Amino acid sequence: MFDRRDLLKGAGLAALAATLNSTKALALDTVTLPFANGERPLVKYPQKRPMIGLTSRPPQLETPFAVFNDGPITPNNAFFVRYHLSDLPYNLDPDKFTLEVKGKVDKPLKLSLKDIRKMKATEIVAVNQCSGNSRGFFEPRVAGGQLANGAMGCARWRGVPLKAVLELAGVQTGAKQVTFNGMDGPVNDKTPDFIKALDIDHATDGEVMLAYGMNGEDLPFLNGFPLRLIVPGYYGTYWVKHLNEITVIDNVYDGFWMKSAYRIPDTPNNAVEPGTAPKATIPINRFTIRSFITSVPDGAKLKAGATTLRGIAFDGGKGIKEVQVSTDGGQTWVSAKLGRDLGKYAFREWKLPVKLAAGSHELKVRATGNGGETQPDTPRWNPAGYLRNVVETVRVTVA
Amino acid sequence: MQRTVLLAIALTLAAAVGSTFAAPVNYKTPDEIAAFKPGPNLEVVQGNCSACHSSDYIATQPPMKDKKGFWQAEVTKMIKVYGAPIDDADVGKIVDYLAATY
Repeated sequence: MFDRRDLLKGAGLAALAATLNSTKALALDTVTLPFANGERPLVKYPQKRPMIGLTSRPPQLETPFAVFNDGPITPNNAFFVRYHLSDLPYNLDPDKFTLEVKGKVDKPLKLSLKDIRKMKATEIVAVNQCSGNSRGFFEPRVAGGQLANGAMGCARWRGVPLKAVLELAGVQTGAKQVTFNGMDGPVNDKTPDFIKALDIDHATDGEVMLAYGMNGEDLPFLNGFPLRLIVPGYYGTYWVKHLNEITVIDNVYDGFWMKSAYRIPDTPNNAVEPGTAPKATIPINRFTIRSFITSVPDGAKLKAGATTLRGIAFDGGKGIKEVQVSTDGGQTWVSAKLGRDLGKYAFREWKLPVKLAAGSHELKVRATGNGGETQPDTPRWNPAGYLRNVVETVRVTVA
Repeated sequence: MQRTVLLAIALTLAAAVGSTFAAPVNYKTPDEIAAFKPGPNLEVVQGNCSACHSSDYIATQPPMKDKKGFWQAEVTKMIKVYGAPIDDADVGKIVDYLAATY
């Protein structure tokens, strides 16, 4: 699962870190994200290509943004990694893995991976995005994982509808929510275990899925092997990894990770005046609509003349209706050509041939969804640094 | 001889049946190379914070104007929300280190 060179490289770095100060050792291979204190090591984990290291215990890895220019499907070895708690099931045995379905059901289940793989499989192409993706760009800055735009990815997930599993178990009348717990947990038993909940109607909508496959392979370990929840259009916090416990309940789950964490202001656009606290909050839910230029990085130097801009757009599940691009800082906009439609939850590629004259240009991209929602020109703010979807700007110099 | 053949058959069968899943995952993360910066009360910080997470959780936080207020709030959150077993006597030491060092 890992190659020897990586181990040696890691050992070499560790030895260096012991003699030099660690910042110098890491400077052998670092990237600097475009916000204050944005220096990060590039790190190599088993099953992953070099990724932007946010934290090492538990592991949190951000996708280098250039990957998003390679196509609408994010490779498994480049897909971002986010954990909350440090006790990961590093030594789990897939042959002994059991998914338990219990609570307000007629027939509690214990399913092996083989049982699940024998069921009728479905596939969906869907974006997963961390709630805190792009948090590092919030102004004023807020505590939490300081990510640039790489805590997102789009994959073809294969598995079984949660609905089918719940039907096997027989949901009892009066069921209100379903909770999801994975094999990862806290190292301190006073730390709340990471458990998430969905309303029963959402859990049985036929789209929410228990996935074992990702882009034609097993899930990588750090993306939830051997089974994870897929909640299309919803932020990654609900996509519980190493999922082994599903409980149907007849109340609204009040555990920490639903009741206190991952909350957004209950206000228009879920925003508040920067630096202030909301009076009331609700659980985070669907993605805001976003779009990115992927073919040109910020600060690029381009040759004058014709070039084709490319990028991606996605939203919370209505699908992308239009992507517009401006090469003059937002004064005029032109519609881009949309790429192949991989489904309403997928990255939608776009491209647009443009002509750039010599000088400085602000390139901007703005998506509109089938529901009519679009991206704001100025950033919206909330205390946890979620939901970022301002119109993105790439500054280039053309000569 | 016969036993060897039977064993071989058994092993082949086991390999065929078990081919979709191998043994336990045994996933190995790279060595944790991030370390707390030198500073006052470093040992107290290492002893408390490192129990649950690596030092890069701290090092990657944004530069805040009110460092003391920011780190006080973070340490309080670790105790109240995440149940970190930090002695009352250590709280001030940890906040001082964080505010002075990060």
